[in-house]
Amino acid sequence: MLHEPAAKREKDNASEWKAKLGIKLFWLYCIIYMGFVGIAVFAPSVMKTTVLAGTNLAIVYGLVLIIFAIILGLIYNHACTKKENELSKKEEAN
Amino acid sequence: MNYIANPIAITIFLAFVGLVLGMSFFFARKAKSAEGYFAAGGTVHWFVNGIAFAGDYLSAASFLGICGMIAIYGYDGFLYSIGYLAGWIVALFVVAEPMKRLGKYTFADALDSKFNSKGIQLMAAISTLAVSLFYLIPQMVGAGVLVTPLLGLPHWVGVIMVGAIVITIVATAGMTSTTYVQFLKGGLLIIFSTVISVLVLKDGLTTEPRPETFIPQTIEASSVTAATTKEVHGKTFVKVVDNDVANWWIVEGDTLQEAQSKTTTADGDTLYNGAPKADNKFKAVGYLTSLTDEDGNEIKKTGKVNIFEYFSSLNRSEIVRYPKSEIAKFDDAGDHVKVFCPVVTKGSDLLVPGQYFSTKTPIGKLNFISLMLALFCGTASLPHILIRYYTVPSQRDARKSTIVAIASIGFFYILTLFLGFGAMTHGVIDLESGNMSAPLLAKGFGIVLFSIISAIAFATVLGTVSGLIVAASGAVAHDLMDNYFSIKMTDTQKVKAGKISAVVVGILAVGLGIAFKGMNVSFLVGWAFAVAASANLPSIIMLLFWKKTTAKGIAWSIGIGMVSALGIILSSPKMYAQYGLDATTALHSLNNPGIIAIPLSFIVLIVVSLMTQKDKEGLKDI
Repeated sequence: MLHEPAAKREKDNASEWKAKLGIKLFWLYCIIYMGFVGIAVFAPSVMKTTVLAGTNLAIVYGLVLIIFAIILGLIYNHACTKKENELSKKEEAN
Repeated sequence: MNYIANPIAITIFLAFVGLVLGMSFFFARKAKSAEGYFAAGGTVHWFVNGIAFAGDYLSAASFLGICGMIAIYGYDGFLYSIGYLAGWIVALFVVAEPMKRLGKYTFADALDSKFNSKGIQLMAAISTLAVSLFYLIPQMVGAGVLVTPLLGLPHWVGVIMVGAIVITIVATAGMTSTTYVQFLKGGLLIIFSTVISVLVLKDGLTTEPRPETFIPQTIEASSVTAATTKEVHGKTFVKVVDNDVANWWIVEGDTLQEAQSKTTTADGDTLYNGAPKADNKFKAVGYLTSLTDEDGNEIKKTGKVNIFEYFSSLNRSEIVRYPKSEIAKFDDAGDHVKVFCPVVTKGSDLLVPGQYFSTKTPIGKLNFISLMLALFCGTASLPHILIRYYTVPSQRDARKSTIVAIASIGFFYILTLFLGFGAMTHGVIDLESGNMSAPLLAKGFGIVLFSIISAIAFATVLGTVSGLIVAASGAVAHDLMDNYFSIKMTDTQKVKAGKISAVVVGILAVGLGIAFKGMNVSFLVGWAFAVAASANLPSIIMLLFWKKTTAKGIAWSIGIGMVSALGIILSSPKMYAQYGLDATTALHSLNNPGIIAIPLSFIVLIVVSLMTQKDKEGLKDI
């Protein structure tokens, strides 16, 4: 059938480890995102509070959500690449 | 506003289209096999794929819609930026690598990877087509909106032009040319949006409006004779005829404030501020009425500012805006009149949510949560985004390209704040088209920048529409013809089927783009996200994380998710308003279906899977 991947499927010993890490980071981000939605819905006046260099919480929180996504992505990629390399080295040694 | 095409804009536009078509013909030789056509041979570099993701994702809704919404409503437009970007977290941490590991050309392949189920193939193909068509409509409408100011052509010409170019791009080289068009467009969009944002910060804020901006005159009511007086929603308007030109003024105590108006006469003519459009009496709007420094002293301008100084200064200003809710509509002796009324809003109120999405009522809270949920869950469920995972060689490349996408898309979404608020305060907003705010802001910095930005905005539509047509043609040629109907085809025939499907979907998109002229761009995209999130995400998540998931569970979940999301949308108050019915008579008060349809789709999957466990015997885990 046609369900094989477009490119040749590489062996991935780290897939389970990566999935677990991914879920942990997903929940971490999810909690911060829910915090933002919660404040906007249930305590909107708090969003007006000045928190950084004359800028209010709404702007700072929004920017943090975007920048934090980029940082988490970089951390995830670094950790996954390290683990993949480590496991392939182990496999080669065996 | 009256738009006149200029030679620089036309030259830049034609050069861009020529480049895009040249690339397509160059890459055509790579699209001879099904793998080359549908997945660019799985050989695209991760960085190119990452920027192409941005080119695919940053559609007309992001560039035109979000910037336009911020320009008119302030922070509420930025909520879309936050939600759209947060959705990539689901894509990166949950979906990217498994999708790459399990699929081939379409996301249906991944869902069906261990089942070989006709039900999944059919439902996933229908869902792909439904989401792609929902997403295509606003893109095509956006194309029509853009060609008027850029080339001075009517809406339908723009739609046909985009249709013809996109069909050529997709039918010649499929995913390969689509990838490079998206790469080019994504890169240019980010670079030139940065340029405009830097110029906005360099200008800072000022209470001295540009000469082109509309500044209403105020006169004594006793100094003129009113031809007609109208009362609408507690406001009084008077028509004053001066030199045979009739315009409307807003009564404010003993004074009259000049307003801008659009009148459709009984004869079918359209007058702007009482005169034909060509007279250029209808002007751009948006300026600061008050600005203070940190000590509370009134100032006229800030001069160059950094990011934080920009927001803190905006926080201490007052701005004249023209929200849609303040448009007074009434009939006057057979003429249909719209009067655009200004509102002065504190900057501090525009830098928090609340001007567009009200969360004061329980249903308002529910709509807000529902929207943010759909945006969060929608990205990782969009078929035209998911198929990009099949264009890179490995799972590692899929992951890296997602991170490049998050960084570039995130950076762009930060810029939407400066593009939107820049348009709001630079007096460039077209009262009839908030979607044009970002290109018109660029026009405020010179015609060359406007021409480049408009050509990029047009390319924005080309890039996204190409991706959508590839996804839809894959659903027809691969999921339906090849898999569901098991039509025996050689590799060349599969490519031919894909190309014919692309042409048919392209023609359909042109028809829809013309039929839906005038529909709000970002509004429809929000719904496409909700349908995608409800139909597709529960299946993807449960397939990966719940071992008891069955083929029937997935097929039913997609079907119910799609039907419930569409059902809620079609019976919503906003849709009733689109039908021309009274929105208060709608079947329910929910405008965003995510909060009902997404959990419902999960529940259906779990219940049906538990009921059909015997179907799972003999299947391997993934």
